Amino acid sequence: MLRGVLFRVRYTAVTARAKSTGRLSRVSVLLPSFHNRGDRAYRATLTVLAALLPLLLVIVAAELAVRAWPAMQRFGFSFLWTGRWDPVAEVYGAGPLIFGTLMSSLVALLLAVPLALGVAIFLTEFAPTWMRQPVAFLVELLAAVPSVVYGVWGIFVLIPFLRAHAVPPLKAALGWTPFFSGVFYGNSMLAGGIILAIMIVPYIAAVSREVLLAVPGSQREAALGLGATRWEAVWSAVLPYGRAGVIGAVMLGLGRALGETMAVTMVIGNRHDISASLLQPGYTMAAALANEFSEATTGMYLAALFEVGFVLFVITVSVNALARLLVWRVARGGAAGSRAL
Amino acid sequence: MKRTTLLALALAAAPAAAQVPINGAGATFPNIIYQDWMLTYSQTHPDVKLNYQSIGSGGGIRQFSDGTVDFGGTDAPMTDSAIAAIQGNVLHIPTVLGAIVVTYNVPGVTQQLRFTPDVIAGIFLGTITKWNDARITSVNPGVTLPATDIVVVHRADGSGTSFGFTDYLSKVSPEWAQKVGKGTSVSWPVGLGGKGNEGLAATVGQTPGAIGYVELGYATANKMAFGQVQNSAGKFVSPTLEAVTAALAGALAKMGPSTDFRVSLTNPDGANAYPIATMTWLLLHKDYADASKAKALVQFVWWAETEGQGKAPTLGYAPLPAQLRPWIQARLRSITAGGRVAWSGPAAR
Repeated sequence: MLRGVLFRVRYTAVTARAKSTGRLSRVSVLLPSFHNRGDRAYRATLTVLAALLPLLLVIVAAELAVRAWPAMQRFGFSFLWTGRWDPVAEVYGAGPLIFGTLMSSLVALLLAVPLALGVAIFLTEFAPTWMRQPVAFLVELLAAVPSVVYGVWGIFVLIPFLRAHAVPPLKAALGWTPFFSGVFYGNSMLAGGIILAIMIVPYIAAVSREVLLAVPGSQREAALGLGATRWEAVWSAVLPYGRAGVIGAVMLGLGRALGETMAVTMVIGNRHDISASLLQPGYTMAAALANEFSEATTGMYLAALFEVGFVLFVITVSVNALARLLVWRVARGGAAGSRAL
Repeated sequence: MKRTTLLALALAAAPAAAQVPINGAGATFPNIIYQDWMLTYSQTHPDVKLNYQSIGSGGGIRQFSDGTVDFGGTDAPMTDSAIAAIQGNVLHIPTVLGAIVVTYNVPGVTQQLRFTPDVIAGIFLGTITKWNDARITSVNPGVTLPATDIVVVHRADGSGTSFGFTDYLSKVSPEWAQKVGKGTSVSWPVGLGGKGNEGLAATVGQTPGAIGYVELGYATANKMAFGQVQNSAGKFVSPTLEAVTAALAGALAKMGPSTDFRVSLTNPDGANAYPIATMTWLLLHKDYADASKAKALVQFVWWAETEGQGKAPTLGYAPLPAQLRPWIQARLRSITAGGRVAWSGPAAR
């Protein structure tokens, strides 16, 4: 799967760049018309297949919305920001779940993006040649570790480490801010964010590396020829050239962070609460669905969970759409930037 | 070669078609003994093909109600509204008993701790927050408790164990009953959520000062520390199989032959009764469409209620007392298939 994504992002980046620099203007080819019966059948089959996938997306959305309808009617839009989740009283609000999903993904991105970009830049620009392939392979291997293994590692290694070594100095330095206040018990938003960061680093790093590899050598040479140091060449020539692809990589990581379930639920604390402090437990939509769905017996409970699923669906689809838009905008804007260079 | 293998497989599968397939799904707590029963039973009854999926009590109720499975298993009885939703076509048949233990991880404490109902409720309500709180130390003379914060750990997923535990808390604490109530999932006032028994056990084990609740069998198998609980007679009782059977004896006094088996065993009378005892049920239909299936199923259940009970203690469950048998038998005899009695059974002993 990673391979396919890699190819797609790389391809998008390259074509976007080609279009923007105008070196490869639209090539118009005279296509033969569909006179042949076999060709027509072939075309029809492909059209149906191509239509099937978007249709599937629509069906999933519709099914979720229909099943969630009782909860939507009962709780209205307040479902999105109220925080009481009480299956006994049949009152549901997904505010903490939505907050937790976004917050844990944000923490993950803040930690993972610099790390992953650093790995990608090191591997494409600075590492000795013999080192590049093995290290790239090892980083990609991180993506092959099952998420439940990350979860177990989180409980038995990461959390005790955080409790003993990382959180006390953090609290000493930043305890006065709301983000690191309160007592740290272990399972927390911070632990969830760190686990997520480790899980998405391989995706962002691998895709960014491919993108940076695709940047033509002439860009580097030109910058170096103008007297730039190697670091300046990377910062001012290589990265801006691959911007669209790198943003695509980050969005891919974000998409994965939003939907990750098992590892998160094992370390985040599973508490329906909104707290600014990263040291406090939280909850995510995916984790709540995984935990509560199989035991939900009453109609309204199920409907509320379906609504959570619907909201998660809408958020992930929007993030992907936003990523497309951003890649497209940056690719266009990049044209002016690269001309100015 | 391949073809002959396929042929052999087809031939081997042919007699299996004559077997009566009976599928069930539900609670995970009794899964070990149900699997054992089915394996043992199938050795003497090759004509029946029994299958039980341990997907959780709620899932069992849902699949049973939807008619996906022939019988369900649950640790939390169906609510009146859920029974009404399937036109009352359900019987609750108890199978074995269990206990829920209070497990903890208090640094430096090696002795078995004692808990009163007020202390348990106070901790889970968040009003008792330190291990050296006077309400805990006063019932644990001779134990030096640290000033550590108490970290409550509960199940994040819906669970029959949560039902039993919150059912108990609702009985002993009016504040709990009013604020939280009982259910397979509730809105916990404080604490962290652990996914499944494993998640809860791992979180308790890794968090200094943690307290949680698990089934007795799970706690014993994993060598977890658990405490004594004060029962309604004022005595501190360890969770043992005998104390669980004593709990049912306390509840039996209030039952009769025609009783609904959906009784709660928590906080019963009896000097030796462990107060957080639970019962697990099979869900059977009052009327089945398929006569041969109904007969085979009821026969198996009756076997489990009689011969099968002998297996319970070795597998960590408390068996049902013999007084219950005639009542269960009468209930099983009332099951019909297409309006006719499915199983007449042996004469009552």
